[in-house]
Amino acid sequence: MNELIGFVNFHLIPGIVLGSIYALGAIGLTLTFGILRFANFAHGETMTLGAFVALVVIDLTNWHVLATLPFAMLLTVLTVLVMDRLFFRPLRTGPTVILLIASFGLMLMMRSAIQIIWGVDLETLSKGLAIPWVLFESLRIFPKHLLIVGAALLLMLGVHGLLRHTPIGKAMRAMSDSPELARMTGIDTERVVMATWITGAVLAAAAGVLLAYDTHLDSRMGFRVLLPIFAAALLGGLGRPYGAMAGGLVIGVAEELSTYSWIGDGPLVSPGYKSGVAFAIMIALLIWRPSGLFRGRVF
Amino acid sequence: MSALSDRPTLEFQGISGGYGGSEIIHDISIRVGAGEIVTLIGPNGAGKSSVMNATFGQLQINGGRILLKGEEITGIAPEQAVRRGISYVPQVSNVFPNLTVQENLEIGAWIRRDDFRPRMEEMFALFPPLSERRRIPAGALSGGQRQMAAMAKALMVDPEILLLDEPTAGLSPRFRGEIFAVVRKVNARGIPILMVEQNARQALGIADRGYVLVDGHCRMEGSGKDLLANPEVGAMFLGRRADEETSPAPNPGSEAPAVDGSTTQSMRP
Ligand SMILES: Nc1ncnc2c1ncn2[C@@H]1O[C@H](COP(=O)(O)OP(=O)(O)O)[C@@H](O)[C@H]1O
Ligand SMILES: [Mg+2]
Repeated sequence: MNELIGFVNFHLIPGIVLGSIYALGAIGLTLTFGILRFANFAHGETMTLGAFVALVVIDLTNWHVLATLPFAMLLTVLTVLVMDRLFFRPLRTGPTVILLIASFGLMLMMRSAIQIIWGVDLETLSKGLAIPWVLFESLRIFPKHLLIVGAALLLMLGVHGLLRHTPIGKAMRAMSDSPELARMTGIDTERVVMATWITGAVLAAAAGVLLAYDTHLDSRMGFRVLLPIFAAALLGGLGRPYGAMAGGLVIGVAEELSTYSWIGDGPLVSPGYKSGVAFAIMIALLIWRPSGLFRGRVF
Repeated sequence: MSALSDRPTLEFQGISGGYGGSEIIHDISIRVGAGEIVTLIGPNGAGKSSVMNATFGQLQINGGRILLKGEEITGIAPEQAVRRGISYVPQVSNVFPNLTVQENLEIGAWIRRDDFRPRMEEMFALFPPLSERRRIPAGALSGGQRQMAAMAKALMVDPEILLLDEPTAGLSPRFRGEIFAVVRKVNARGIPILMVEQNARQALGIADRGYVLVDGHCRMEGSGKDLLANPEVGAMFLGRRADEETSPAPNPGSEAPAVDGSTTQSMRP
């Protein structure tokens, strides 16, 4: 019994929390991939940016972390739109590999800018001690974990509503299916591209803030989660937002479960290496099932 | 059918063009008059799809002019072409496979600012098999239904002209007949149609006029009837396929195998 409770408290719940954060990041990555046809390396730094905006707002106002989300999202969206205008749009007609390389350059530039503005030290968003609720005398639930998962679920529900029930969302799916046919149908593709950046940036900002809320933040946070997020998007099938949600959850849970003492007494994978789990899953996928678990597309 | 209307809906005046490298079509002059069905026939690789692509800015045009109702639209971008009233159903990937049938029609109406729902119901009435399948992803439809979905999507805008690239390619004879029937129905609403076809006999049978394209050159033009009767056309396109397209089952008692190898189980409309 104790064994099980420990498993749930220290592995399963943190896994679900991390997984829902990865899911948010992976949706944005997969959407940009589906519609703009390149893997955006700067997506991790976009998350970091969102987290630092939240830090600034908290320093100024002392609000609750979740209350800073709208500001983090707004500023992140604006930044991403400016970057699209400056870096990606002029390259849009060329081969997409150029966009990929541009995004790599942008990643380095954004990280440097963040380090210049906010430094390289570790910061936290929520001060004070977190006290868990104890259920059934042993199950420990941290309120912030509930808030994180709740916020992530709401945002995913929002993405679902956008993609299934709004004209621009349907146009995004259409363009992901076939950009040529979308143009022949009269869809203003630049508008769809903009909607994609906005959606991706909103989710990335949220993912960054929630991740910083869960643990802490520093200028290299985005870089650290870029790999698991790529793995999640790949697992779900690139270009497939629902796949990315599932993929994020699987990667997050897998990372946390890997440190459980499955064999013997010690953790199966030392916590220091748990980010290697996403890497291992990604390599395995690329070898055996490059289209992802749910038959996405790979260009 | 006013084949001699002095201002054709769509007119190619000596169009030449290609895809960057070598020229694919040479000095093509074709014309689709108000209310006409015009068909473009020719062997594979003759440049038929390229002619269609030229109206949608998908082909680099080296010479000549394209006019829509007398206005020049040469080299126009695809988004603009559809806004001007040209609807194009390309040969392949002509629906969004991950969108449902209904969503495909909604997206087809993208440029409309008014309420498109009556039009959508009209389309479902015109293509009854689609009505039952409106919530199914278009990618899951059978070949014939997919072709219908593509046409319905293209018709959502109430176009000035409809371009169809091989709408019956790969379909069983029964579905082929259905598609040709629908083409006539659409045309009966006053929408001119330019149609590329491999099934030359049936296409010429419903066309007011036709053009024969060979190696990127326009080799012949004439009324559907004249081209059907032309021995050269007969030798080129009709001889080999004549029996498969027209002969009734020789012996109703013996089940004839599917003539073109396409599946028979997908024939249920
Ligand atoms: N997008 C393209 N880029 C380069 N060449 C093309 C393209 N599309 C077609 N072609 C070439 O143009 C020629 C004519 O093709 P097409 O117009 O599709 O003929 P058809 O429709 O009559 O079969 C072919 O030789 C084909 O290889
Ligand atoms: Mg063709």
